[in-house]
Amino acid sequence: MNASSDVGYHAQRQARWHYGEVAFWLVVLACGFAFPTRYLIMTDILRLALFTMSLDLILGYAGIVSLGHAAFFGVGAYAAGLLALHGIVNEPVLALIVAGLAAMVLGFATSFLVIRGVDLTRLMVTLGIALLLEALAERFSNITGGTDGLQGIEMQPIFGEIPFDMFGKTGFFYSLAVLFLLFLFARRVVHSPFGLSLRAIKNNPLRAAAIGIPVNRRLIAIYTLAAFYAGIAGALFTQTTAIASLDVFAFERSADLMLVLVIGGTGYLYGGLIGAVIFRMLQELFSTITPQYWQFWIGLVLVVIVLIGRQRLHRWVLYVPNLIIKQVAGRKAVVAVPESDA
Amino acid sequence: MTSILTNLFDGVAYGMLLFVLACGLAVTLGLMNFVNLAHGAFAMAGGYVCMVLVNRMGWPFFAALPLAFVSSAAIGILLERTLYRHLYTRSHLDQVLFTIGLTFMSVAAVDYIQGSSRVFINLPAALQGQFDVFGVGIGRYRLMIIVICGLLTVGLQLVLAKTRFGSRLRAAVDDPRAASGLGINVPQVFAFTFAFGCGLAGLGGALSAEILGLDPYFPLKFMIYFLIVVTVGGSSSITGPFLASLLLGIGDVAGKYYVPKMGPFVIYTMMIVILIWRPNGLFGRTAAR
Repeated sequence: MNASSDVGYHAQRQARWHYGEVAFWLVVLACGFAFPTRYLIMTDILRLALFTMSLDLILGYAGIVSLGHAAFFGVGAYAAGLLALHGIVNEPVLALIVAGLAAMVLGFATSFLVIRGVDLTRLMVTLGIALLLEALAERFSNITGGTDGLQGIEMQPIFGEIPFDMFGKTGFFYSLAVLFLLFLFARRVVHSPFGLSLRAIKNNPLRAAAIGIPVNRRLIAIYTLAAFYAGIAGALFTQTTAIASLDVFAFERSADLMLVLVIGGTGYLYGGLIGAVIFRMLQELFSTITPQYWQFWIGLVLVVIVLIGRQRLHRWVLYVPNLIIKQVAGRKAVVAVPESDA
Repeated sequence: MTSILTNLFDGVAYGMLLFVLACGLAVTLGLMNFVNLAHGAFAMAGGYVCMVLVNRMGWPFFAALPLAFVSSAAIGILLERTLYRHLYTRSHLDQVLFTIGLTFMSVAAVDYIQGSSRVFINLPAALQGQFDVFGVGIGRYRLMIIVICGLLTVGLQLVLAKTRFGSRLRAAVDDPRAASGLGINVPQVFAFTFAFGCGLAGLGGALSAEILGLDPYFPLKFMIYFLIVVTVGGSSSITGPFLASLLLGIGDVAGKYYVPKMGPFVIYTMMIVILIWRPNGLFGRTAAR
């Protein structure tokens, strides 16, 4: 067996569906039926998971550090809100795609700014773009509703058939379907040769360029795709909550997003999903203990995670599950330890 | 005409203030290559220390200012020795996460201790009001800021350029390995510089309560301004951040005055354009380190 077919063989093995993954999605679906009173928070988690997956695509796979990912979330949110409010695109699924495309266009346009420069410049530029959009949204308050936000959004039934109900049941299953479809696509992307080339770029851009990977084009492509995902997440936010306000662009949203991803682990798609669940749980827990000061404990979690070291932490967390899996399945652990980070 | 001059004056005062607030960050971020998003928290600490001393304990304003410096510097050196120094070699992502965490903690902690509303420091009567010079309104407080910050800037420049410590710092920054080979205690130099930068931020925080407003969200609100000063100004000298602060101060005041609705827009656009045009900052060195 020569080297290239060997690589292909391993890549395909990696890309195969594991039992654990199937079980994961079955559990998620079961949650929808098991907790009918918790639709709102579960929808919130799904949205956050999608948004985090978007950041994971650029941070975990391509190594682009972004402090302004909320920019795309916000554009998606406002686009969906405006489309519904003015009745331009009434059908939610279509509006969702249009909103995603709007964010995607912005992502493509700004990707040229982001791929220039080093980490620090990227941080600044992404942060600057998010702040710029927030300032713009405030400036054009006749369109965006300013600090009051967009109000009076009424969502039409999905496909003209399924109306949104007040308990959020439709919203939940709608979000779940969107998340799952986009997850399938992201999974396909990261296991494709394109996704592997991104990992090469992340590990060493210079070497990646030397073996013939067009670094800048790949980065632009993944950044644009991530912007699309973030836009969809934002649009879901507007469609399921029927509001869009200035805080969709807020710095805290981008910062929280990083925390979610770091809790879940970067560089594997389930990181965002798991992180979103844990983050919301933590947030609920902290805000029941101290309603006003939960941010302190979130900050403490961040500091502790960094001080312990993210990789070491994930090894600890995965130690017991891997032990069980080894006992049961008798082979190499299914749950992967995320790769080293940017 | 006079309104232009008044705005210019206010802008210069604002810029000077930003410089004192941010020049510590210029060292950590520009020279030590550590992304410290929590820099504003040290400024806030200084501001609140000054507020408590003046308002609650009746200290004179000018006696409280040095204490704001000292307390922020003390917090700075404590954190540097216990936490920050472990992170110098870590990735930028880790540094960002860590310092965002610290910022969140500081915001919530100050909110818990002092409440979430904006606080004011009682100023002595001598600093209130303004007087006219050839029809140009000069605020006494702003004049004092310009004087203090101007003196500090000159002092810093002299320390960096003329003293033994200054040359050690420059050596440590240019090439830490070679510097430590020459017997310079690089971690110590960095720790001292970090603490001094935090102290300056604390002093700036105390001075800025009147102009920028002091509340628990100070570190988040002004983080972007500090970052702009450093990234636009570059880090090769103290002049770069200084000029960048003045530019930012004047630009922001003028923007808010003449195009009130476009105020922040102007600043952010300027920053992005400059970063695209000169990724190492307007006055930075051309070679990436």
